[in-house]
Amino acid sequence: MKEHKKKLKLKVSAISEGTVIDHIPSESLFDVISILELDKTRNMITFGANLDSGKLTNKAIIKVSNQFFENDDINRIALIAPHAKLNIIRDYEVVEKKVVEVPDRVIGIVKCFNPKCITNSEPITTSFSVISKQPITLKCKYCEKITHEKQMVIR
Amino acid sequence: MNKKDLISIMDYSKEDYLRIMDMAADFEENPNQTLLEGKVVASLFFEPSTRTRLSFETAISRMGGRIVGFSDSGSSSVSKGETLHDTIRMVSQYADLIVMRHPLEGSARYAAEVSSVPVINAGDGANQHPTQTLLDMYSILKTQKTFDNLNIFMVGDLRYGRTVHSLLMALSQFENPIFNFIAPEELQMPEEYKIYLREKGIRFFEHREFTDIISEADIVYMTRVQKERFSDPMEYEKVKNVYILKNSMLKHTKPNMRILHPLPRVNEIATDVDQNEKAYYFQQARNGVFAREAIISHALNLK
Repeated sequence: MKEHKKKLKLKVSAISEGTVIDHIPSESLFDVISILELDKTRNMITFGANLDSGKLTNKAIIKVSNQFFENDDINRIALIAPHAKLNIIRDYEVVEKKVVEVPDRVIGIVKCFNPKCITNSEPITTSFSVISKQPITLKCKYCEKITHEKQMVIR
Repeated sequence: MNKKDLISIMDYSKEDYLRIMDMAADFEENPNQTLLEGKVVASLFFEPSTRTRLSFETAISRMGGRIVGFSDSGSSSVSKGETLHDTIRMVSQYADLIVMRHPLEGSARYAAEVSSVPVINAGDGANQHPTQTLLDMYSILKTQKTFDNLNIFMVGDLRYGRTVHSLLMALSQFENPIFNFIAPEELQMPEEYKIYLREKGIRFFEHREFTDIISEADIVYMTRVQKERFSDPMEYEKVKNVYILKNSMLKHTKPNMRILHPLPRVNEIATDVDQNEKAYYFQQARNGVFAREAIISHALNLK
């Protein structure tokens, strides 16, 4: 078991400068990558999924070299990774820790639950006001209908 | 840009409501005011709605404006697959004002974002129909002389009926309203509106039976149970005939009480009610033209 963990560490190696995003639910890993547009970055990225963790039985982690995120950007992942934690790394040291926070407005990312909403029939960026953060409840700017956390689908 | 769109009833403040009421009264006194002379209004009906369209087009005509547009999407470029975005971009370069009816919810808000000229929402699916609400308000003000301390009964389809939702929101801006909701289990007022009323400390009561409780009412707002709002036809059959207002039920009602209905009615108001002086729904429809003249004036700053 110990040997297994050692091997894992090698696979998801330490970075000298950049951001480590930890405690992502494994099933949300690729959505997080897409929301943060890490699929388009030229920076080195390592990630691991289905890792053991005390809190999540099945967590994922992303390490991005030489890239730092604004709070507004990082809060975009709060909808799918509400317990994610960010470690800001400078010279191999964690210099700052951040938690994500559900924003007051959600632009894009989520599909409106109402099948008769105009955003589901024309190429429109969705826009919601967050009327409750726990559980997450979104009100569509266009059709004014509510999308509940259980109904949320990532675009 | 600060365009005066009218998309949702809550886009307007209490002051806007009162200004529209004043202007509507002025148009009622003198309906033919050529304030739209030389202007073109696009009337875009992506789904047919004869009553709303004729009311708008009458208002525009009485104000001396010209109308371009279509009365259902079959006769427009939509049938060729054009997006709403492109239709609105194009039309907003031709016309001074857009009046739009569309089957999809949120389409009006989106059109207002795309358009360079003001957009008036003439109904976007089950979402909003703010000009109906303003004409309902004008009818209430005309018959009750006030918006304060009114006891409003809403009857029928309170779940899907957008007119009752918007009217509730608008009247909640005034002093001390009381709401009474009469609806079958399946068609109750949605929780979000009840939460809103509770938060504002406004009293409301829910009833299953349509009985002599209407003797308390200042306004009885009847609605039609709309078949098209149901995904399950069995559900519709179960509730369509539940509440019918008959003339005999009006005996003990208050003298100032008036019956409103957005029309068309099917059978929810018996025809013997029509002769009663408390039946106000046909005058209400007539008020629609004056209210819409006022809304157009407000949107284009004509007065």
